[in-house]
Amino acid sequence: MFTKTFRGGTHLSEHKELTVDKKIKALNAPAEIILPLSQHIGAPNRPIVNIGDSLKVGQRIGEADAFVSAPVHSPVSGKVKAISTFFNAVSGKSPAVTIENDGKNETIAFAKREEPETLPKDELIKIIKDAGIVGMGGATFPTHVKLNIPKEKSIDTLIVNGAECEPYLTCDHRLMLEKTSEILKGIKLVAKILGVKNIILGIEENKLSAIFALEKQARQINKNSTQIPIQIIMLKTKYPQGGEKQLLGAILKREVPPGKLPLDVGVVVQNVGTCFAIYEAAYHGKPLTERCVTFTGNPLREPGNFVIKLGMRLRDAIESSGGFKEDPAKIIVGGPMMGVTQYSLDIPIIKGVTGVIFLSKRELEVFEETPCIRCAKCVDICPVNLMPTEIMRMVKYSKWYNMPKLHATDCMECGACAYTCPSSIPLVQYIKLAKLEELKKK
Amino acid sequence: MEENFYISPGPHIFTKSKTPKMMKDVIIALIPAIFAAAYFFKLKAIILILVCTVSCVVFEALIQALLKRKVTILDLSAVVTGILLAMIMPPSLPIWTTVLGSLIAIGLTKQLFGGLGSNIFNPALLGRAFLMAAFPTYLTRWNAPFTLEAVTGATPLGMVKFGHNMNINFGGLFTGNVSGSLGETSALALLIGGAYLLIKKTIDWRVPLAYIGTVMVISFVTNLVAPGTYAGALFHVLAGGLLIGAIFMATDPVTSPVTKAGRWVFGIGCGLITMVIRLWGGLPEGVMYSILLMNAITPLLNRLTRPRRYGT
Repeated sequence: MFTKTFRGGTHLSEHKELTVDKKIKALNAPAEIILPLSQHIGAPNRPIVNIGDSLKVGQRIGEADAFVSAPVHSPVSGKVKAISTFFNAVSGKSPAVTIENDGKNETIAFAKREEPETLPKDELIKIIKDAGIVGMGGATFPTHVKLNIPKEKSIDTLIVNGAECEPYLTCDHRLMLEKTSEILKGIKLVAKILGVKNIILGIEENKLSAIFALEKQARQINKNSTQIPIQIIMLKTKYPQGGEKQLLGAILKREVPPGKLPLDVGVVVQNVGTCFAIYEAAYHGKPLTERCVTFTGNPLREPGNFVIKLGMRLRDAIESSGGFKEDPAKIIVGGPMMGVTQYSLDIPIIKGVTGVIFLSKRELEVFEETPCIRCAKCVDICPVNLMPTEIMRMVKYSKWYNMPKLHATDCMECGACAYTCPSSIPLVQYIKLAKLEELKKK
Repeated sequence: MEENFYISPGPHIFTKSKTPKMMKDVIIALIPAIFAAAYFFKLKAIILILVCTVSCVVFEALIQALLKRKVTILDLSAVVTGILLAMIMPPSLPIWTTVLGSLIAIGLTKQLFGGLGSNIFNPALLGRAFLMAAFPTYLTRWNAPFTLEAVTGATPLGMVKFGHNMNINFGGLFTGNVSGSLGETSALALLIGGAYLLIKKTIDWRVPLAYIGTVMVISFVTNLVAPGTYAGALFHVLAGGLLIGAIFMATDPVTSPVTKAGRWVFGIGCGLITMVIRLWGGLPEGVMYSILLMNAITPLLNRLTRPRRYGT
């Protein structure tokens, strides 16, 4: 089979073997969870419960009136113990609700639906909004907003992102393998909302088992249906293949202009995890209260893929998944390329956590910056045609007159340039400084 | 458990191919040519290579210490410069001139411009250019292979150019059994080294291809027009310093363009200038000047060939 890809990027050591064969396992809910009120990009939520309130599983605890927001629901039944600020994995401190789990697992009445695909588009969008679904690939942008296409735009293609290009992470791979038909059903719903002509699911070729499983199921569905078929496309294993613009570039050979979105070129990209969450919400009426997370790295006794209740603290989750066999020296939430290091094991798992990587002391990679030798590896690797070495020189020597020609703001901070630099120059940080300077001008 | 975690921004993983490793790759790639030099020019070759390498490393350390910079001889870049400088010297060169050449290469060309990565010109080539200007007689005295006596013989390029001798010994050109600079004579050894660098992705293929391709096209056409005056494409590729220049000098990352389009222009420019000098200039060989001239316009090429903005 012929694989598709984008220009630039590089193949990274995958490290996926640690968890790729580990079946998704649900972890028991802990005695106490700390649920950040806002776990999305957009307007912050306000709490709609008070201290002492009794909660059921699926009960809404935080919401906002703004359109760009996503409500948060309780994953356990129990009592509200505190409403305070607590630190989280990505954005410092934010308001959070502490819930004491009573272990009874009493749920609100979930609205089960037999044939949600017959519902009108607006109804489906409302279901997604009420379930608090956000981009599960880590971006956490509210999904209902992404699916609410402005009238003047026309969308012809839905691309489903199963690339999972970050090393170590395997939760999307396992989800595609174990929840194959559920994901395909979710994809159909999204396609229905968008009214697209093409549905394409892109997967990197290192996830052959997922490709086979989906291909088999999709063929069944496509055969017995008069609706538009779901195509599955094999992509080259190359970072950052899972970036929205790279993915749609690889599949459709369209380029998203600077500052524009995929919808400006007629495309919506959704992650496979998001499609699964949409299935759960539409068919079973379940709001987003848990997600699949990869825990991996040599310090772990039992690396694996786990379904974790949102708000469960990392410390509790690791303990119940098997604990450490050696002390971790670095904790990364997300992938090893774009992930965020953590200074505490007390952070709660939230909607945007795809995986947590633990590195031992001997695996730490610390390099000293040496002079740039102009090897141009950063220029060759950049998936958005930037010249990181020139941006670095502009920042270092204050040659700001070069700013309009170097387009630093196009950078999506994938980190490929810094990965490949033989001189260990922190190019992403130089580019961030350039972006800051650009902002100051405006 | 101690809960002191290491905090850093991403990415958290890095390539293993760091600068000293790239330099090591270049040194490994030069080994076949070093053996060829030692085989054809015996002790003279070994002494020249050793003296050049040691003096380059010593000058680098001395000047860095003097300028109160960090001494970075462990990055091996001075070793590469030293070996390359020796490789483009005639075997009969007096030792003291090579030391002077090393001083120009490391001191003037590299450290005064700011050290590794900041030089405009290829250090080894500018070192040789200085010696060529200051001591032209030493730089144009050639040994025949296997002889230790300096004879004022001619290189194959000189023979063709000034003697119109079209009896070309292609076997000698390929293996290295001709007179010339230490490391430039054996095409075979250089091609092995070039293949290694390409496989290791230490150099980009565009510059050597554009350079050698341009030389081939021009020599093929001129040979077709006037076969009695101009030699053919194969001769121009194998003779003189083209291969060592195209594989080891023009590909120097510091002094060649960072864009792909720029590398094409750079290679073609090198080929054009080389052939103008070889065919119509006063010297038999033009590789050194062609690369130095293209080094000078590299910043301009970088500006003129910026990649197209994504999505426009």
